[in-house]
Amino acid sequence: MPKKRRPKIAVWKFASCDGCQLSLLDCEDEFLAVTEAFEVAYFLEATRATIQGPYDLSLVEGSITTPKDAERIKKVRRDSRFLVTIGACATAGGIQALRNFKDVGEFITAVYAEPRYIDTLATSTPILDHVRVDFELRGCPIGKEQLLEVITAFLHGRRPDTPAHSVCVDCKSRGTICVMVAHGTPCLGPVTHAGCDAICPSYNRGCYGCFGPMETPNTKALSEQWLRLGTTKPTIRRAFHTFNSWAEPFRKAGKFDGPQDN
Amino acid sequence: MGRRTIRVDSLARVEGEGSLHLRIKDTQVDEVRLEIFEPPRFFEALLRGRDFNEVPDIVARICGICPVAYQMSAVHALEKLLGVRVTGSLRDLRRLMYCGEWIESRVLHIYMLHAPDFLGYESAIEMAKDHFGIVERGLQLKKAGNAVIRSLGGREIHPINVRVAGFYKVPSRCDLHSLRDSLDWARDAAAETVRWTAGFECPDFQQDYEFVALHHGDEYPMNEGRICSSAGMDVEARSYDAHFEESQVPHSTALHSVIKQRGAYFVGPLARFNLNRDRLAPAALELANEVRLETSCRNPFRSIVVRAVEVLHACDEALRLIDRYELPERAALELNPCAGIGFACTEAPRGILFHRYELDEKGIVLNAKIVPPTSQNQATIENDLRSFVGSHVNLPDDELRWKCEQSIRNYDPCISCATHFLSLDIERS
Repeated sequence: MPKKRRPKIAVWKFASCDGCQLSLLDCEDEFLAVTEAFEVAYFLEATRATIQGPYDLSLVEGSITTPKDAERIKKVRRDSRFLVTIGACATAGGIQALRNFKDVGEFITAVYAEPRYIDTLATSTPILDHVRVDFELRGCPIGKEQLLEVITAFLHGRRPDTPAHSVCVDCKSRGTICVMVAHGTPCLGPVTHAGCDAICPSYNRGCYGCFGPMETPNTKALSEQWLRLGTTKPTIRRAFHTFNSWAEPFRKAGKFDGPQDN
Repeated sequence: MGRRTIRVDSLARVEGEGSLHLRIKDTQVDEVRLEIFEPPRFFEALLRGRDFNEVPDIVARICGICPVAYQMSAVHALEKLLGVRVTGSLRDLRRLMYCGEWIESRVLHIYMLHAPDFLGYESAIEMAKDHFGIVERGLQLKKAGNAVIRSLGGREIHPINVRVAGFYKVPSRCDLHSLRDSLDWARDAAAETVRWTAGFECPDFQQDYEFVALHHGDEYPMNEGRICSSAGMDVEARSYDAHFEESQVPHSTALHSVIKQRGAYFVGPLARFNLNRDRLAPAALELANEVRLETSCRNPFRSIVVRAVEVLHACDEALRLIDRYELPERAALELNPCAGIGFACTEAPRGILFHRYELDEKGIVLNAKIVPPTSQNQATIENDLRSFVGSHVNLPDDELRWKCEQSIRNYDPCISCATHFLSLDIERS
């Protein structure tokens, strides 16, 4: 009997730190099995061999920040059967989206002596703003267990099972004492999408929102609670405006101006 | 033989995006350009206006492969500014966490990114078809390093537990002792890695470099030390700007760093080893001698062996730190924000990483400057390529292209870091 064709997997990088695609290499116990289940067709961080598309599964890391990348992502989409964005940059613009609130010209001159050599867009935007996305995996960085879930689900032709509840639920299931209730530590857990297994509270610190907003987050109530705990408004605004600042609910919450703000 | 152009449009097995352009006229190298088209992310600009407490979490995002290095240089620079000194067990824990990253990052480079070049494979995935056990050893060794970071930092990538003046939570002795078994295995696997890489055939390629690394009174440098060089430089981190300068070139979104009035220099494992060999853990030094690593090694292709020696060193150092660990009285020292400027340099896996911060009296960042190892090595990488191609100009294009990629990988370039980096394009005429 002829051997069944293995699906082709591709890993693409846009503006990012490489951490999310590194998560695949960090699956030390599973990486070789993944490379047996798939034909690794394009994954520059791991191999110089490249195979032409179309690709069955594309993992896309990073945000769109240059005119060239805005074009490149369209080709990646055309060449991909199932496209999954991996991480906060690809799903929400990443930390580099902080430029979206400022004058990018000032950012360029702050870093580069010769701004004229730098070709960049005024904004850092998620992949979904440019092309159709089949599934989004959040996190800064993504959780490798979730990545394996997406890959396994793809191989079995089912939808990935990645819970959409808040970090709070994970704290409860881990049995972590609530840092905000017990210690008065400001925490973004109530409004943040689960996926990291609620690491920060288990290390005595508040969640700082790596996985971005959960569905219908009540950011206003949380901001008011932070105020009651003695957090200043600029600190609250900065908390929302960090790794997922361009995700709509956090974008708005980062303009918090007190309890009267609706 | 006329004009020849060799391109590598997208360099593989490096972290980030770049390309190489080579133009050869007859048998002379006409132009070498390591082009970095990684899109800039403007970290120094977006740090402005942030509270100093947010800095370690933000700078971690510069690099997914060496986030601990960014966190370490940041906390040390900010602590200098704020006038606190982290000592004892807290200092040991930072060093232990750095050991984890040294192991994880070097092993990734040795096994997954660089060894395939020496053995003629496109990737570790291809290499695994013939050498499954070796690739498996590499993965498990990397896992041992990651386990250290995970234990102390909560997760391998962008750890969450590092703060200015200490940690959010410190581990118990029992937590740390649970790492002993995997590190005990890892030190043996690291020794095998040293012997394995020492057997690789290296091109005969010796260059005259100025090596720059930290140097510490009694430790192999990691978190602290003076900036020293093979040409006699010996300065504090705060004098960095007086001795080094960054310049911008049109073909790169990474800044090039040079020593004022002298030019290109070399940072990373080879520099660290050449300047600090006698500070290595005894077993690592003994093995370096056994595999005949030269006292002053000037062949960048031998970096892979030095990296493996440093993995062994990091395993032994980690075990030593775990054995002497005593629970500190508190997880972090007390701090009061104040205005000022702070500097620090630490040894990231790829070489010295300089940070400078200026804060206002409330502890808000006014200015930040970050000089990653890859931008410091960029001029040296281009010099290596010019001289390597000059002496191997008769190789066919495909082979020359691969050798050029290999010599770039000698430096384990981290392009996302440097952009604030690579495709190979060789043009012959």
